[in-house]
Amino acid sequence: MSDGVRQAPKPITSRSDPGFELTLYAHVGAERSHTLSYYRAHGGYEAARKALGMDPTEVVEEVKVSGLRGRGGAGFPAGVKWSFMPPVDGRQRFIVCNADESEPGSFKDRYLLEDDPHQLIEGMMIAGWAIQATIGVIYVRGEYHHAYERLRAAIEEARTEGILGPAALGSDFGFDLILHRGAGAYICGEETALMNSFEGLRANPRLKPPFPAQAGIYGLPTTINNVETLCAAVHIIERGAAWHAAMGTEDSKGMKLYQVSGPVARPGVYELPMGATFRELVFDLAGGPTEPAKALIPGGSSTPMLPWSDATLDLPMDYGTMAKHGSMLGTGGVIVIPEKKCLVDALYNVVRFYAHESCGKCTPCREGIATWLPKMYQKLLAGKGTHEDLVVMEDMVENMRGTAFCPLADACAMPVQASFEHFRQEYEHLVDFGESKYPRRREWAS
Amino acid sequence: MSSSHPLPTLAPFFADKQDLLDEVLGRYPEHGRRSAVMPLLWEVQRAERHVSEARVAEIAEILGLHATEVKGVMSFYGTYHEHPVGKYHLQVCRTLSCSLAGADEMADFLEEELDLVNGETDAGGRFSLQYVECLGSCGTAPVLQVNDTYFERVSRSRCRALLDAMRRDALPEPTRERGGDNESPGSEPVEGVVGAQGSEGGVS
Ligand SMILES: Cc1cc2nc3c(=O)[nH]c(=O)nc-3n(C[C@H](O)[C@H](O)[C@H](O)COP(=O)(O)O)c2cc1C
Ligand code: SF4
Ligand code: FES
Repeated sequence: MSDGVRQAPKPITSRSDPGFELTLYAHVGAERSHTLSYYRAHGGYEAARKALGMDPTEVVEEVKVSGLRGRGGAGFPAGVKWSFMPPVDGRQRFIVCNADESEPGSFKDRYLLEDDPHQLIEGMMIAGWAIQATIGVIYVRGEYHHAYERLRAAIEEARTEGILGPAALGSDFGFDLILHRGAGAYICGEETALMNSFEGLRANPRLKPPFPAQAGIYGLPTTINNVETLCAAVHIIERGAAWHAAMGTEDSKGMKLYQVSGPVARPGVYELPMGATFRELVFDLAGGPTEPAKALIPGGSSTPMLPWSDATLDLPMDYGTMAKHGSMLGTGGVIVIPEKKCLVDALYNVVRFYAHESCGKCTPCREGIATWLPKMYQKLLAGKGTHEDLVVMEDMVENMRGTAFCPLADACAMPVQASFEHFRQEYEHLVDFGESKYPRRREWAS
Repeated sequence: MSSSHPLPTLAPFFADKQDLLDEVLGRYPEHGRRSAVMPLLWEVQRAERHVSEARVAEIAEILGLHATEVKGVMSFYGTYHEHPVGKYHLQVCRTLSCSLAGADEMADFLEEELDLVNGETDAGGRFSLQYVECLGSCGTAPVLQVNDTYFERVSRSRCRALLDAMRRDALPEPTRERGGDNESPGSEPVEGVVGAQGSEGGVS
């Protein structure tokens, strides 16, 4: 078991990168960081002022050159997405902030919203100007009550000070925000489901195309980005594309809010340059696992797990590397799975999540994920599974790949497949012995 | 506590709340009036701890929709309840990171202590229990959400203390727990978010 917990044999490199300093998270946790006076005292809204003095296409170009990729999970280049907006034709256009953060293992946006709401407002102004949208929508998950209140107060302050409104920052650009809260449904994080939810419809995903740029909110041109993406835009405008592009790896530029949860000494959010290694995050910053580990999930529960090994720990956490190793960077939410946790039970937990969150619109997901898959796990965990069941499960998830209406089904199928790939012996142990290799144990701190 | 579940009075909820109604409707463009359905459901849920058929009909009327359309939206989400939740609505996150930190045991503990199962409200209307999915607090697991407020890193003793406090109607302020780069000393109170659901009026 000694290979589970070990000292970091390699020096920390990321944070000594001369180009790096805490940026997105520089003010999170500071006293009164959520207020306008604090934000202004730290250079707030200067980037928006600068953007408003640029041509909108220049702003888009700057973000393109910066190499910023969407931080909501898929990693789509932000500037490229902005350039998809159709030519201005007099119709209302929208910039939407996806603050629905609900992918298990992800909790970076919450602290940005709570402790630095003006950073997001400024990012939305910049994006709004770039795509010539005069209304911004922040869709915040219903459970984030504290974030909602902080955002509400920040928007009020910004309006009172003329930062938002018909003459934003004294310019002739009119820009205002609508704050909309969800009510406990993960699928609302999917961009088209979010738009339906905002419109007061049931939050089933929409068929794409048309993409949001063509027909988004109320059928009007819309661009949607994650909280962290929009916050990053502030610093790109402030410091220039080159500054951002100088950090990170070949295909993944800039800084990233990584999160780590599970049994590690200091779980939480850590800002690092893109391409920092798991080792730096988990050991150097989070203090290492508190008990032997056997796997890690790299970027939220939908991303395929990687076995715990020296080779895995030394992987840079960037989009290309994760893809090359059969996984995804996702939200950058790393979950450490301890050796003594029954992996089948852990996967049942993941499957149960997606089963609960399936919107029921399409058959593969409704029947496969919401109905049969959790039943198969229950049967296995009850010690009644057979080897044929394992084959059926593997078949089932294979057949769900790419066949459902939206990516939620894949989000469930992928981690199941990865668990079979790396830990099939734990499934087989359950079948052969009727009980888990790792029985339930006390995990709750007294 | 038996009076805490009054039958919905016949008076329309929004009748004496024109300012609130104007404010909510005013948030959205004229052609997007329907967007107000979720915020209106929220207002009712928060004040009355559930959204009754009568309120659904009222919201439908306000927005020019059919009651079934409003019901269809309402039933999509886990946060609007058809039946009243308790004065203290306990929401336990059981998703992976919380589970790894003992959330399943916390759920068992609460079931036993409160003699409730998932989805139930006690006879007095004081406590209700709901299992929920990842609350976006995985770094400070396990998490117990009481009404709108997150309590994080809830150990067994802390959970017991919270229950006792709620029984005395003395729920403490939560502390801000961040972990990671921005661990706070753990004593900074979160202002203005504590209080039983419905405490801002509407019921009783
Ligand atoms: C089921 C599902 C849930 C999602 N949840 C979120 C979410 O909570 N937050 C988010 O920013 N993106 C989420 N996404 C991704 C969004 O659809 C969208 O790609 C993203 O908001 C775009 O922003 P970005 O380009 O800045 O990353 C989700 C996608 C799917 C399929
Ligand atoms: S894949 Fe699942 S969540 Fe997506 S549309 Fe189909 S049923 Fe709904
Ligand atoms: S798993 Fe409980 S808050 Fe994320």
